[in-house]
Amino acid sequence: MHDLIVIGGGPAGLAAALSAWENGIRDIVIVERDKELGGILNQCIHNGFGLHYFKEELTGPEYASRFIDMLNDTSVKVKLDTMVLELTPDKELHIVSSASGYEILKAKAVILAMGCRERTRGAIGIPGTRPSGIFTAGAAQRYVNMEGYLVGKKVVILGSGDIGLIMARRLTLEGAEVLACVEIMPYPGGLTRNIVQCLQDFNIPLYLSHTITKIHGSPRVEGVTIAKVDGQRKPVPGTEQYLECDTVLLSVGLIPENELSRKAGIEIDRRTGGPVVYENLETSVEGIFACGNVVHVHDLVDYVTNESLKAGKSAAEYILNFNDPTGNSVSPEHSDISDIRLVNGVGVSYTVPQLIRIPKNLMVNSSLSISDPDIELSDQLQDVEVFFRVNRKFGRSRIGVSLAGNELARFRRERLAPGEMEKIRLPKSLLMKCLQLGLSEIEIYAVDEMTGQASADNANETKITAVSQDSARRIQIIRQDR
Amino acid sequence: MTELICIVCPRGCHLQVDPENGCRVRGNQCPRGETYGRDELINPTRMITSTVRIKGAMYPRCPVKTSAPIPKHLISEAMKALDGITLNAPVKCGQVVVENVCGTGVSFITTRDMQQL
Repeated sequence: MHDLIVIGGGPAGLAAALSAWENGIRDIVIVERDKELGGILNQCIHNGFGLHYFKEELTGPEYASRFIDMLNDTSVKVKLDTMVLELTPDKELHIVSSASGYEILKAKAVILAMGCRERTRGAIGIPGTRPSGIFTAGAAQRYVNMEGYLVGKKVVILGSGDIGLIMARRLTLEGAEVLACVEIMPYPGGLTRNIVQCLQDFNIPLYLSHTITKIHGSPRVEGVTIAKVDGQRKPVPGTEQYLECDTVLLSVGLIPENELSRKAGIEIDRRTGGPVVYENLETSVEGIFACGNVVHVHDLVDYVTNESLKAGKSAAEYILNFNDPTGNSVSPEHSDISDIRLVNGVGVSYTVPQLIRIPKNLMVNSSLSISDPDIELSDQLQDVEVFFRVNRKFGRSRIGVSLAGNELARFRRERLAPGEMEKIRLPKSLLMKCLQLGLSEIEIYAVDEMTGQASADNANETKITAVSQDSARRIQIIRQDR
Repeated sequence: MTELICIVCPRGCHLQVDPENGCRVRGNQCPRGETYGRDELINPTRMITSTVRIKGAMYPRCPVKTSAPIPKHLISEAMKALDGITLNAPVKCGQVVVENVCGTGVSFITTRDMQQL
């Protein structure tokens, strides 16, 4: 039996394994299905990685090699070219590879770090013929950056996720013409900086509140029909335009890859598509942890790294506790734990973690009116970082945290957008308060301070074009009077 | 007043740069934004990342980047400098591929190790 098996050797798996190593675990195996470690970073040849974690700007392959080099200084074992077929709740892994055939491994703890898959045409149902020339943006990225194939000469990109934006620039640099980036929502899916440096720099128009209504051509893509959509995202008749192209890239979102998790009986959050996790990244199955894009889609690999370091540390604590023959349990039994559930209120689409564990003995004490909980509980209770996304665009706003309808903490933001993951730190005093009041839910919501509540979302009738001017460059908003 | 979105990091600060007033920058949340805002008006630059051919490695392409940002108007010319290059594995990360790109003094360098197969 191994101490720890990490499923996936991308940025999440690498950081989780390293962190477990640094926290004293020696028998660690990483199982990776590709031919090398690094995951998606190997095809993300653009720069912008590592500004938070390494305080310098790296490309994807450079970011990956930092971790691979660190891993090479440990005795963590790596199984490449190996597919995990099944994970059982008692942490048995059924794996298969050409090198070793079929094997069953067992571990005290498992970390899920499988990442995401891209949403495909099938997942969004675009009508039309089924020609060649339709790629997910990430698949095209691998073809261009690693395999050396240019996927097309005249390209339309559906969706404005970061990978699509990055590919708009990449294909332009390689000599293809990117005609348009078409986004069904009234706001872009990717980071603002990518709108600027990938679209505006190259005069690629971004059509917001537009979608592809038909793909033409056989056997190869010959063009697409795009149309404006209304507030219900239904195409508006009479707004169709035909764009002649030979390639369509889809950048329409990522889906956490949780087939293994589901089969292992791990509770999945329908909002994130990933496992429900506690503040220590443990899933609903004891000893199985999860981190990175398999939990929820992150904007930045730096955030994946931080989350994964935490998961690795938690798994290490679990294993050390498991190994302790005296049964001197560090973490209390489940029956001694009370769960606080984080609830996404108005304007917030999900939170990670979804659950926070509090030892029950704190609750008993808390009813005895502790005068200064911060001092008394400092080492048993910790602040909890909560990640979430808003579900629409906000101007100057506040993120509110409430217990039973009373706002107990607020965090100011200049703006909020669904494309940018937000983070707040719930102070332990607030968790303590929750216990004292005997509550089991904390609600997190967003309020636009300009409008009173909801969105700056009258952009349904708006087309944003990326316009590059000589010196001044900005996203120009053209209101279309209809 | 020119409005820009800072692209130095993913935070994407909304900058106001005043060309009248010595390109004074507002709206930046860190010093890098100030530098970016000023440079973007006076001499906009970009890092370029791309690939070159490689023989004898696991994949037929090796990723490269400019060792420093280069003027934005030189992007397409700089890309042409990569067209004829073919590396032979093994290569080490940071190896120079093209020196002094378009007379900028900046080099294209590899961004990963690639073993010989």
